[in-house]
Amino acid sequence: MNTSRNDFVKMENISKDFGVVRALDDVSIGFKPGEIHAIVGENGAGKSTLIKILMGVYQKTSGEIYIDDQKVNMSDPIKSRDLGLSAVYQDVTLAPHLTVAENFFLGNIPKSKFGLVRWKYMSDTTQKALDSLGINVDANTLVKDLPVAKQEMVVIAKKNFDKSRLIIFDEPTALLANEEVKDLFEIIRRLKQEGASIIYISHRLEEIFELCDVVTVLKDGKWVDTLPVKETNEDELVRKMVGRKIEDMYSIKHFEPGEKVLEVKGLKREGKFSDIEFDLRRGEILGFFGLVGSGRTEIMRAVFGADTYDQGQIIVNGNPTKINNPNDAIRFGVGFLPEDRKVQGLTLQTSVKENINLASYKAISKLGLINLTQEKKNAVDFVKKLRVITPGIYQKVMNLSGGNQQKVVIAKWLCKKCGIFIFDEPTVGIDVGAKREIYKLLEEILEAGNAIIIVSSYLPEIMGIADRIAVISEGRLVKIIPQSDFNEEKLLRYASGIESN
Amino acid sequence: MITKIKNSKILAKIKSISEGNLILILILLVLGLWLVEPKFLSFVNVTNLLRQTAIIGVLAIGMTFVILSGGIDLSVGSVLAFSSILASQLMVAGVNIWLSILIALIGGSIIGAIQGFIIHNGKVPAFIATLGGMTIARGLVMLMSNAQKITGLPTVIGDFAVDRYLGIPAMVYVWFATIIIGYFVSRFTTFGRNMYAIGSNAEAARLSGIKIGVIICGIYAFSAFMASIAGILMTARLGNGVPTAGQGYELDAVAAAVVGGASLTGAVGSIAGTVLGTVIIASIRNGGTLIGINPFILDILVGSLIVVSVLFDQLRKSKSK
Repeated sequence: MNTSRNDFVKMENISKDFGVVRALDDVSIGFKPGEIHAIVGENGAGKSTLIKILMGVYQKTSGEIYIDDQKVNMSDPIKSRDLGLSAVYQDVTLAPHLTVAENFFLGNIPKSKFGLVRWKYMSDTTQKALDSLGINVDANTLVKDLPVAKQEMVVIAKKNFDKSRLIIFDEPTALLANEEVKDLFEIIRRLKQEGASIIYISHRLEEIFELCDVVTVLKDGKWVDTLPVKETNEDELVRKMVGRKIEDMYSIKHFEPGEKVLEVKGLKREGKFSDIEFDLRRGEILGFFGLVGSGRTEIMRAVFGADTYDQGQIIVNGNPTKINNPNDAIRFGVGFLPEDRKVQGLTLQTSVKENINLASYKAISKLGLINLTQEKKNAVDFVKKLRVITPGIYQKVMNLSGGNQQKVVIAKWLCKKCGIFIFDEPTVGIDVGAKREIYKLLEEILEAGNAIIIVSSYLPEIMGIADRIAVISEGRLVKIIPQSDFNEEKLLRYASGIESN
Repeated sequence: MITKIKNSKILAKIKSISEGNLILILILLVLGLWLVEPKFLSFVNVTNLLRQTAIIGVLAIGMTFVILSGGIDLSVGSVLAFSSILASQLMVAGVNIWLSILIALIGGSIIGAIQGFIIHNGKVPAFIATLGGMTIARGLVMLMSNAQKITGLPTVIGDFAVDRYLGIPAMVYVWFATIIIGYFVSRFTTFGRNMYAIGSNAEAARLSGIKIGVIICGIYAFSAFMASIAGILMTARLGNGVPTAGQGYELDAVAAAVVGGASLTGAVGSIAGTVLGTVIIASIRNGGTLIGINPFILDILVGSLIVVSVLFDQLRKSKSK
């Protein structure tokens, strides 16, 4: 049995079927007060199903849930909230046009005996709650004026204020920069000290070793192991999750770099970045590393023409060009794979076929009439070539998993016959197994004689796959480091501006 | 027994088409009306129904394009009147009939293109831009006509409303032609694909190199073009240029598209669905009147249908979660 007497919440023998698919199979897990419990596993391992059952969003097929050793029926999310459970999701759920204090009291605004809102009481109480967790936010600010990281901390403070006894963190660091992550961890540790049970879900294993006490591994809907974090290491966890070693995880075949395909000189955008100079060679991966807000994404968007730039020169295949909009960049064979695929990379309500051809319609049509045979052939070919898992090319992209959605975006640019691929965070939100698949595709792209730029804030990834890394700090390119000199500490020092060239 | 199996097979086949549910609803509705009042399915009644529906039908084709791209066009009723008055005034002034019509169609389309330009380049929400467009165009019509009917049109115009070829009203041919154009453009052209892409995710479309400004101008110009055609049909039906014509028609066109499965958030819907939606609403109104239902009750029925059709869609979506 994986549960014990002093657990606050116990889930025993939980199974969940979706039609004929068994998403969870006889999983037992317990959460103690004052403990940070990590749950790891690939996408589809059953993490989110388990959490949703605990939160009352899904109903279990069989098994029991106990809170304080009392059997409970988690019939809906309101029930779970009343029992002191709450969750912080990646996308912040606050009303942006209201103040922090109003958000704190949302649905429960304090009123005076005349029925008027007690503004002062509201803001004072909120301020106290924020201060007690060391969150440096004014209770009277509008939520929309806060950076994402602060918004997330406000959510956490609110959950704590609501007297949650168990708080679930689902990929809370996905949108945060390194120092923000540190602040977040500090807050989570305080919650722990106050005796809350914490469930922590993250794809970033190093965070688990930094923060958590216990880790449970799920695989294919089954419980694999629960063990103290002190007694394990990343390698063992990855092996338990996927049956593969970690060195194999973030590695890629490297190729001899060929001629320059892209040169950027003196690129500048007022207030965002300046003096950006780099080149990119055929067959190589150039990494861009920097903290969130350092300007790395903005640089790439400018190179692609998604945003404008004020000064500088972009030379593609030896030809100086002016890139005013994405259409210009695409004409020169540049493809851009944005970080937020759902918001910028895909048209979710249309089919796999249409997304793959999205950038190529001009090429496969005459006088505006689409060559339907070619359109279909493109889709079928790339689905096969990239091993996209989909019921068919007519499937809407919204129904695909994150990894397969990313493959569709890659297929879109391969279909357009791009030579330069700019990936912004290529594997964010993609599980370990599918990451491997994406890296394999990167190899294939390089092998075909193309070049890749990768923007990533995840060091093991960028160090594992890049040939060179350009470090960006506060809108400036600090240094381009060759593979032989890769060193985690050094990269971080450059990125945080502690050390400059 | 055998027929039962056969029927269920047919049923399954109908359901497998994306507009299958609408086809079933239409069949049941028509059967029901026919059982109560056999005259409903008489040749005369069916052709009359189609003729009465032609104007809204044409507007709905354009509206579907706009809705698929994630927008809405409230100006179509006013553009209809603009085209009607412009064509009428030209004809009365002695300009060749065909040339008058052509100028009216182009003039109307320009209004649409301007609205598209403002929506895209000025980042004005489509609802606001076309609400303004609706009011401006109506004001323009009143100014042009001095708020008076334009009379004295060539008789061929009025005749067109009653003309039949092969027994089918001439106006219905025009409607069917717009259906074919709409279906063709939405299914087989890059313009159609880009329209769906923009409706699904305009930013992703832009980052894929689609010139969304051009497409959006084109979509609103197309919608206004359809409205202008509807304006010519309206002129024929009324026999005059009437400055107040088409008021409130924009919402009937939206209703037809929505009943036909189009989603106002964009990218969901089709020309086939809109045509079915148009015919379903028309059948309720025509059939209901035929069997003597109070027309106000018919309003309530049509209104409920609009809400229920979206409600069902939402229920089905949340069920599949």
